[in-house]
Amino acid sequence: MKRLDRSIKVRSEGLYALSSWSEMAYLLAPRLLLIVGLLAVPFFVDMYWQRVLCSAGIYALLALGFDFLAEYVGLVCLGGAFFIGTGGYIAGLLNHHFHLPPLVTIPIATVAGAAISTLVLIPCLRLRGIYFAIISFMFPLFAVFIIIALNVFGGTEGISALDTFPSIWLELYLILAAVLVSLFAIRRLVNEDMGIILRGVKDNDQAVRASGIDITAYKTRAVFIAAMLGCFGGAYLSHLYGWLGLSLFAMDFSILPIAATVMGGMGSLVGPVLGAFILTPMSEALRGFGQLRVVLYCLILIAFMVYKPEGIMNFLQRKYHQFEKWEKV
Amino acid sequence: MAGDAILKISKLSKSFGGVQAIMNVGFELERGQILGIIGPNGSGKTTLVNLITGFVKPDKGEILFNGKDITALPPHKIANLGLTRTFQVMRPYHSLSAFKNLIVPLNSPRVKRSAAGKLGDVDAVAIDILEEVGFERDARVPYKVAGSLPLGYLKRLELGRCIALRPEVIICDEVFSGLSMSEISSLIPLLERLRMEGISMMMIEHRLRELFRLANRIVVLTFGQKIAEGSPEAVMNNQMVKEAYLGTETKA
Repeated sequence: MKRLDRSIKVRSEGLYALSSWSEMAYLLAPRLLLIVGLLAVPFFVDMYWQRVLCSAGIYALLALGFDFLAEYVGLVCLGGAFFIGTGGYIAGLLNHHFHLPPLVTIPIATVAGAAISTLVLIPCLRLRGIYFAIISFMFPLFAVFIIIALNVFGGTEGISALDTFPSIWLELYLILAAVLVSLFAIRRLVNEDMGIILRGVKDNDQAVRASGIDITAYKTRAVFIAAMLGCFGGAYLSHLYGWLGLSLFAMDFSILPIAATVMGGMGSLVGPVLGAFILTPMSEALRGFGQLRVVLYCLILIAFMVYKPEGIMNFLQRKYHQFEKWEKV
Repeated sequence: MAGDAILKISKLSKSFGGVQAIMNVGFELERGQILGIIGPNGSGKTTLVNLITGFVKPDKGEILFNGKDITALPPHKIANLGLTRTFQVMRPYHSLSAFKNLIVPLNSPRVKRSAAGKLGDVDAVAIDILEEVGFERDARVPYKVAGSLPLGYLKRLELGRCIALRPEVIICDEVFSGLSMSEISSLIPLLERLRMEGISMMMIEHRLRELFRLANRIVVLTFGQKIAEGSPEAVMNNQMVKEAYLGTETKA
């Protein structure tokens, strides 16, 4: 009996040296399952659930960014709502005032929104853990009150009649592709030199500084990356509903990604994405229970934290790596 | 080569609230030498390291490295000039494998600027450095997660992290502490070799016997003040040093 993953892992770390088709299949199977699975789901559900899938995609991007910052940089960022709001408002305003099509507004909002979010977060980058979490949680509230107080950007009413996407299929596959591309890009990134430095910052930022690395510069880049995911989600969202308003800064965007990450498995990157695709439809399905919905939702989360704190993905990964095969001696 | 000081510290002072951690301390580290810093617990040795490497800003005083004033520079800039340190409390990047720990310094501007930084495969360079500090090549150790390594390897890893930066000065904050005699005696040749290669070192140490074998000169601190400086033999026989360590004799 031999464990399937051992021979692959022993040969080298990080870089896989494959020697047979079966080993390649062993590594590829879960990845293909995820990609094909995610791309195929829209064919099996109706229009209503397709819409739910779109918003699940947005949460997946946020959860991915949250997991990346928390587990690979050591910044617990509750600024998801701020990313969504900034991206959404930039895209919506460009569309409303300058009549730019979504094809143009979304990329602009992704980059410009991330730049703005990063700029306001830079002064807080010295903080760690819970302190950074509290500060980043404040920013969406801050933005909401500025918009109300100054009555700019549509004030409390918001702005409606923005351009929407021409078809549901474009909506679906735009967000699903974005999720898959960012997932694999970030998985790649955390094993590149830059990712290794970021993980060093998380483990021991003093030693990184003593090694001649400017940790603020690296943290800034990491926040920019996570903010890009959120701002893309926000820009997409405002075009999805053809409307922008204060609810883009809703607390859900900051909180649900944490729940998705806990459920899916901290640090696995895939887990949070999966968690978002489970939690968002689940919260929709529970809508029938009215106020009880939140209770059920909480119970599920508590159950996860108590009985499976490692999360779905870490559990599955462990089990998958324990598959064994018979070997001729 | 008297007078060729690579690191020159003068009139350094730092207080934390009411505690005067370092008071008017000044000394020089000569190029290619090992300077030992000793003193009882709480005498300000680690604070001194933090001051020199920029982790703590001094209240007063001046630190010259290669003639350049580095007193107000942040730690990463000082490290990029070629002055780095080890930490007393071992905290490797525990989630990374040992050789990946060295990827961090190998990505510093200092290394990237140098010719060695352009030699392509960073992972291979990292493994070479680990071998240099005593990790067995071809063994599994360099690939193990740093969090699982025993203390002896962690100390070597810490030195490896410094060497990777190709520094001119390494400040070692108690590299011998917590190691067995045999581990220490295997570490000494490594330090001697580094000195031969021209790296100057400052060693904060409690293991006096081993330090006196290595060091060219010793500085003694008590309560944040320098009370003695000189060759190991001279310091060992200094009455004030004996009193600082053992207390004064009182006649009953």
